[in-house]
Amino acid sequence: MMREWLPSRRARETPRNDAALWVKCPKCGEVLYRRDLAASLFVCTRCSYHFRMSAYDRIASIVDGDFTEIASEVLPSDPLQWSDKKSYQTKLKSDAENSGLSESVVCGFATIGRFPVALGVMDFHFRGGTMGRVTGERITRLFEEARRRKVPCIIFAASGGARMEEGMLALMQMAKTTAAVARFMEDGNFFLVVLTDPTTGGVAASFAFQADVIVAESKAMIGFAGRRVIEQTIRQRLPDQFQTAEFLLEKGAIDMVVDRRELKEKLVRLLEYAVREPVSP
Amino acid sequence: MSNNLIVEREKGLVELERRIAELREASAAQPLDMSAEIAGLEERYQAILRELFGSLSPWEKVHMARHPARPTSLDYISRFDRFDELHGDRHYRDDPSIVGGFAFLRSRAVMVIGQQRGRDTRENLRRNFGMPAPEGYRKTSRLARLASRLQLPVVTFVDTKGADPGISSEEHAQSEAIAVCLQTFATARVPIVAAIIGEGGSGGALALAIADHVLMLEHSTYSVASPEGCAAILWSDASKAEEAAARLKLTADDLRRFGVVDEIIVEPLGGAHRNAQDVVTRTLDAVDRSVARLSSLSPEELLDERYEKYRRLGEWQAQSLQPAGTAQ
Repeated sequence: MMREWLPSRRARETPRNDAALWVKCPKCGEVLYRRDLAASLFVCTRCSYHFRMSAYDRIASIVDGDFTEIASEVLPSDPLQWSDKKSYQTKLKSDAENSGLSESVVCGFATIGRFPVALGVMDFHFRGGTMGRVTGERITRLFEEARRRKVPCIIFAASGGARMEEGMLALMQMAKTTAAVARFMEDGNFFLVVLTDPTTGGVAASFAFQADVIVAESKAMIGFAGRRVIEQTIRQRLPDQFQTAEFLLEKGAIDMVVDRRELKEKLVRLLEYAVREPVSP
Repeated sequence: MSNNLIVEREKGLVELERRIAELREASAAQPLDMSAEIAGLEERYQAILRELFGSLSPWEKVHMARHPARPTSLDYISRFDRFDELHGDRHYRDDPSIVGGFAFLRSRAVMVIGQQRGRDTRENLRRNFGMPAPEGYRKTSRLARLASRLQLPVVTFVDTKGADPGISSEEHAQSEAIAVCLQTFATARVPIVAAIIGEGGSGGALALAIADHVLMLEHSTYSVASPEGCAAILWSDASKAEEAAARLKLTADDLRRFGVVDEIIVEPLGGAHRNAQDVVTRTLDAVDRSVARLSSLSPEELLDERYEKYRRLGEWQAQSLQPAGTAQ
């Protein structure tokens, strides 16, 4: 089932915590007028700090204006009847209320610079962007449909890894998405990933690092193990630069670091190498 | 004092085992018939075993899976008919926490790859407690690709707390190394059989476990995160590890029910290490049976079945939970 994307109904897409009129930059302390911040794609106008973006803001910032969502009817459930400090069902509900999302990824089809693409956008505001069964299912469906349509696929990754509340069924999404990505790529299709802050764990260690081209946003934290886990293991503090996009670029793990304000232009340039016939307007 | 529950529990048995052994020796050395006494002690010993190990909780299984005497990958690999180890990732170094190479299993040539923890402190240091670095995963990918090209079935043994979480591993792109491993296993054109023999810790374990047939020892564990890690993150309290272990559904029975595991290898009362010889034999028998069955499939059939198997995992069905935030 497809659903047309209606920008006007998604005007409240940003998480509730950010809904204030003024927002303080956590890096330089500058107080920013919310509308100015949105206009600069949630990049601090003073120090270029990249705020975490919600999925629908991201989509709006990247697509030409059209976006047809798929698999939105696939909704999370609670296979293990999980409960820790709170029940998993409670967490799902409150995350849905706060983020306006039903899962940690939004998938669909759009054009970017007139190139038709499959687009999957993860959102850290929903369960820390963790991958549950439905995250995996939506991404798998996206790759399967993109393979049928023979269009490039772009994923914006933002994730704390596999979702613990769904146990091994969550971990198995690494296998499921990997299989779908592999089929898509074996057919000669182009897969590009944009790593955003933060991308770690099971998402980094599956489809995110399987892409043909890996772009990362400035200063995004990217790694396998979380910073705290590493610090506990080695019993010393890590340098600030460790696991940043710039660090990964230097180590040869990614292709480029891009400022969000130049990202769309960059993606269109890259798509020109993979797609030779943009759709006519 | 060991921090392993099972090891602690076994200490009570040592005295009894010693007395049985002493009686046996004495009985052999003199004409006196002590078989009744020995039988009585044996019976008591079995009763205690049943009481101690008859039904293990998930948390007890976590400790069983980590038992220092539990058979490791090399204990299985050494029982193959032949093994020629191959080394290195061809880029940077050889990772001793992964052992792999050509082997013959019951007269069939295969590629075998296993995660190897140490059997004592010195070996544990050398093998990084069985936590592979990116180099280990790159060696794994290399060997799996080679197997695919030579039409050799791949047999893996999974036994790791998880992928190494160190500075060097991050610098060498641990995520990429695991991601490529998954990709290689998902696309290998040969049968893959994986056996979870100890701890199956998260993505670092899965990297060797995308397989056409997954075996799991009865008291092994396989989980999305370690119970300790899960407790620290979700409860902000590491002492909740026991509760986390129960909730994570990390036992062989649970995972068989979810379809994550295809077959369970039963362990002797008290765990695999109490009769390693027998456990290894039965595991290799089961591996051999699966490889034989899968070898009759064409590469296309294998790939299609593997795809469908993982496609179905965590399959979604219509749910009752309403998303509060979506526009209806």
